[in-house]
Amino acid sequence: MATSSFSRGCFVFKPSAKKKKMAVGLERYFTHGCEGSESSEVRFKICLDLWNKVKMETEALQDELNRNILDSLLEFTRKCSSTRDHSDWASQMRASEIPTAALVLGVNVPDHDMTFQSLSDLLRHSVTPHVASLQAKECAALKHLMKRVLERLMSTVVAVGDEEEEELQQTDTELQKSVHCSLTALCDWYISKTKKSSCSTPGKKRSSSVVDGQHQQPPVVIIFKDLEAFNPRVLQDFILICSRYIQRLPLMFIFGIATSPSTIQHMLPNSVSSLLCIELFQSLSCTQHLTTVIDKLILTSSFPFKLSGKVMQVLVSIFLYHDFSVRNFIKGLQLALLEHFHSQPLSSLCCRKNEARLNVQQLGPADLERIRQLPSFKRYLKEQEEQDNLMTDDAHLKDLCQKLIKDLHKYHKNYYPILRCLHCLTSSLPRYPLGKQIRELHLICLEKNVWESEDYQSAMKLLKMLAKDELISLLQTCAEVLQPVRSKKMKNALVQLEELLAKLKLLDAAAEVGPSVEENLTSPVRNLQKKTDLFQLQKMLLEMNESRRSKRMSPFEILRNEAVEFVDSLVKNHLSPPESKPLYEVCYYTSSATVRRHLNATPRTSIQAALSSPYSYIQELKERGNDRRMGSDSVLVVLVDQNQAVYCGVKFTLRLSANNSLKTEDGTVSNAAPDICIAYKLHLECGRLINLYDWLEAYSTVVSAAEGSNPDSDGFGKVDEVKHARFIRAVSELEFLGFIKATRKKTDHVARLTWGGC
Amino acid sequence: MHQSAENETCAPAKSYPRKVVFSICAHIQQREMSPPEPVFVTPAGGGSEQSWMAGLLEHPGYDEERLRRVSEQLSCREVQAGLLLSLMGQPQQYCYPSLFIYGHRASGKSHVVNVFMKDLELPHVTVSCVECVSVALLFEKVLRSFFGCDAASLLPRSPSLSDFVRIYRQQSSQSPAKQTRYIVMEKAELLRDADVNLLPALLRLQELVKDNVSVILLSEIVWDKFRPNTGCFEPLLLHFPDYSKGELQQILSTDRHPSYSAEFYSSYINILLGVFYPVCRDLRELRHLAALNFSKFCEPVAAGKVKEMDTHKLWKNIEPHLKKAMQTVYLREVSSLQWEQMEEHESGALRGLSAHTHVELPYYSKFLLIAAYLASYNPARTDKRFFLKHHGKIRKTNFLKKNEKTSNHLLGPKPFPLDRLLAVFYSVVDSRVAPTASIFSQISSLVTLQLLTLVSHDDQLDTPKYKCAVSLDFISAISRTVNFDIVKYLYDFL
Ligand SMILES: Nc1ncnc2c1ncn2[C@@H]1O[C@H](COP(=O)(O)OP(=O)(O)OP(=O)(O)O)[C@@H](O)[C@H]1O
Ligand SMILES: [Mg+2]
Repeated sequence: MATSSFSRGCFVFKPSAKKKKMAVGLERYFTHGCEGSESSEVRFKICLDLWNKVKMETEALQDELNRNILDSLLEFTRKCSSTRDHSDWASQMRASEIPTAALVLGVNVPDHDMTFQSLSDLLRHSVTPHVASLQAKECAALKHLMKRVLERLMSTVVAVGDEEEEELQQTDTELQKSVHCSLTALCDWYISKTKKSSCSTPGKKRSSSVVDGQHQQPPVVIIFKDLEAFNPRVLQDFILICSRYIQRLPLMFIFGIATSPSTIQHMLPNSVSSLLCIELFQSLSCTQHLTTVIDKLILTSSFPFKLSGKVMQVLVSIFLYHDFSVRNFIKGLQLALLEHFHSQPLSSLCCRKNEARLNVQQLGPADLERIRQLPSFKRYLKEQEEQDNLMTDDAHLKDLCQKLIKDLHKYHKNYYPILRCLHCLTSSLPRYPLGKQIRELHLICLEKNVWESEDYQSAMKLLKMLAKDELISLLQTCAEVLQPVRSKKMKNALVQLEELLAKLKLLDAAAEVGPSVEENLTSPVRNLQKKTDLFQLQKMLLEMNESRRSKRMSPFEILRNEAVEFVDSLVKNHLSPPESKPLYEVCYYTSSATVRRHLNATPRTSIQAALSSPYSYIQELKERGNDRRMGSDSVLVVLVDQNQAVYCGVKFTLRLSANNSLKTEDGTVSNAAPDICIAYKLHLECGRLINLYDWLEAYSTVVSAAEGSNPDSDGFGKVDEVKHARFIRAVSELEFLGFIKATRKKTDHVARLTWGGC
Repeated sequence: MHQSAENETCAPAKSYPRKVVFSICAHIQQREMSPPEPVFVTPAGGGSEQSWMAGLLEHPGYDEERLRRVSEQLSCREVQAGLLLSLMGQPQQYCYPSLFIYGHRASGKSHVVNVFMKDLELPHVTVSCVECVSVALLFEKVLRSFFGCDAASLLPRSPSLSDFVRIYRQQSSQSPAKQTRYIVMEKAELLRDADVNLLPALLRLQELVKDNVSVILLSEIVWDKFRPNTGCFEPLLLHFPDYSKGELQQILSTDRHPSYSAEFYSSYINILLGVFYPVCRDLRELRHLAALNFSKFCEPVAAGKVKEMDTHKLWKNIEPHLKKAMQTVYLREVSSLQWEQMEEHESGALRGLSAHTHVELPYYSKFLLIAAYLASYNPARTDKRFFLKHHGKIRKTNFLKKNEKTSNHLLGPKPFPLDRLLAVFYSVVDSRVAPTASIFSQISSLVTLQLLTLVSHDDQLDTPKYKCAVSLDFISAISRTVNFDIVKYLYDFL
């Protein structure tokens, strides 16, 4: 279970309280410090609804994506358990191998949990009740591994059962105590189990009827979730042991592999891998997974909450550059969602159209004032004539808002289909002028008017060179995209498109009657596809233009131009960036910096910033006052360990000077700064090794100056006991933060662990 | 070696019934007609084998019918079986306290011992040392099978050796052994990693518990590697030599397919051994391969195209198939299930496990891995030359040291500190990267994925050291995907 605490320790988890209470608690967190608290309740409700929807959709999506691979895995387990008890010659002679499924899942380890969860659920449901999943970190030694296996296998069954099996549970625990953990115990248990289930009447046991019907001997499946992390020695021994029991116990393994199947051979010597019968299963790549998630959650008008281009960029780049984890991407989406509803008072309008209309009526004067202040609204007003009226008349403003919200919804309704059309037209062009993935195109469109970009121009030019069959097939897919959209404009567009298509096909028929010159002019784009040399491409384009000009256009060319023109007009009408729409702030979350700060923290940079310019942190602290229940003399800094991401809290004791003159003009160290900051600043001026005594002297001088003692007096810069103690504390804090460490080379020196100076 | 064994057997001043020595002598006398070194010699050829056939295993005290059945099952192991039997002596007599049987994998050690124990119905317990994750398990198993569950439950929670000995004595005084009890320890080499006094105690268990019990250790490793440096009771050594080609042929031919003639199967085994004997002498593996490929061998016969006796045609048919099997199923590149399916559907080449090496990584992970590779294979002092824009005077000529002729790739990866990894990383990655937490966590995920290995373990907080654990091919493929020409940055390829 996760805690919200940074420190390590024991945490008591009481059995979860009533759900309602939970929700209330959550709401309190939400409304606390919430911007524009009047509407916070409504916003909280919308936010929760949306998040639940996201969660449901992603789960459904995950299941759907995994279905193929899970199905084949299930098939494999069934096949293995059914072929086992053949008594023909070959299977007697063959070494009895343990059937093993190597499931290649990719490096996005955080996502695997969900896959394994649904896999074991499915297995339990339709193949065998005996499934145990193992994680490397709980199996450090063979002993632990065996124990986990036995526990999971025996107790899963127990947990399902009724009173009759409760007795069994007792005997089980006794058994386990007396037999320790050996597979013999498991064998005995398994035999008694299968005997029992085959004896019991099928009517009584509904859950195990599948098992009964198919085979008397359901396999025992052991899932190794993260194969790479297992200790090879432990794994080898376990496999060796299992192979001794394979005759009596129908074991089966599933290896979850993050890298590549060849790791099996790296981990297991031939003598061990020869005990396994390995079958490979490849899962969908995580990039494909992301594409579908974006497709379902972001590129859809059914979802009122939107991400701005910048935020989207941050999330996508975290995915591509850092972790490949779809789950983290969705977490990011959740964060944005929460932040949006928390910080944007007008987000009460970010919901379905009808609800939004009601909510407009509920808007208070403060909210209306906020609307008037919205940049997009101001821009809109400038274009309008009668402004004064709107600035004062609330009812009028509400009416206008109704209309604007409606327009925004319409805009979204048209935007996504057209985006898809444009993508399917341009994604097969050579060199992908508008991106290979639809998310790239979406990002371009969010940023600016896409039709003003050079890439768009060249894409249009390339479109004007398509051969007839290509053009027709592309337009047809566009028509399919537009088909299900229920909007007047899209309906119109579809009609026009179909007209164009019909004309093109007619041309086909006409061409068959009299073969025209056009026929032998094969698609130059298709030829281009192969050579994607930029220079050649440009040359080709120029040539095309030349020949175009000189020749009279054929009927096909005229139609083609018409089609491209039509697409162009659609784009210009519907793909304008959201910033141009009034009230877009209601739906779009724009604060990419917040998202980045939360998801991709830079602990080192912030520690260094805190140490070199403490005033900003202390200032902030003062402003917050006791509100956050943080003692005003300490700052909590979260430190991420270099290799293990261990979190620990470090408390600095800050000596706040009364006059608060931490800020110096020239950026040098202020002598009123906290001790650790002074020590830090001084240590930056040193080389690899720091002489502790010199350091202490320098520190003492700075601190003396801060105390306002006379520089000419005798005691100035003298090291007294208090200063000495304070210095030692500062140094040990720096050591704890990983800036210095003791060395064996020179006893009175410490080594610096960071490079670079002031 | 047989010399030393005999010396031990004849060693004086042991308070055990010396029937062992006697029975060896008797054994030798029985085999007067065999070559001069009758006890330990391997039967040389097929001809003499016949004379060793069933019926020769005989010993007073055992049922003759049973002995005949035993010797039927132990073809090609007659010498060892005879010796073992004479060492065991009559059931009620004391046996030598500990026997040590060694030989390569699948040389029939477990087989011989098991056949004896099962078919002669001797009181015994077989324990695999891999399974004994704790000694408690071993003690428990022994007590349970000798004296029943009640005795086993007398053991305290984490029993010591003396607990075991105490309970054993107590139990055996109640039910003393009528016949020798045997404790068979498989994979005995693992006993070396167990508690230091376990092995010595087991070797003289008979003396400790004062009961007619004998411990048989089975191992792939010679006794010399076992002997604790504090010294211990020396067990009797018994070597199981590898099977010769002829013996393999003989053993494998016995499990013929019921619907084909023995000669037919034997000719198949002959062909199979012709292909596989140079690479594999493991009986288990050969039997497995024989089973997997037999259906293919019979195919032309079943289809009526070739006569059973037409060995040449059959050979022509199966040989390429077996060659392919050697590169695939034999190496477990392809599983036996897939192999059989391939046979059925005649589908083309299946990609083996090691063909799948491609790994998809996040962008920065790729660069971290590249940096790790460079740090592992380049000497640290050359970093300046590769990564400093104005490395000034350091020219290629004078910075190549003469004595550094050996390729770093031959020497393997060298450990490097985290600092160096990051420094190289920031020089190779093309954009400015903030030192975020996720960069660091990517390093640790590379470690869990076993693409990097953590070398220094003691000092985790400040200077962890890593090694790069990927091959040049792998890293070249990775760097190609990010348009990074790694060869230019490798000192070995300058
Ligand atoms: N002489 C033989 N006759 C018939 N079958 C044999 C003979 N020798 C060995 N085998 C068979 O070969 C297989 C391997 O033999 P066994 O298990 O005894 O090998 P091992 O020496 O114990 O190997 P390991 O060291 O791996 O335990 C067994 O299935 C056994 O039936
Ligand atoms: Mg064995």
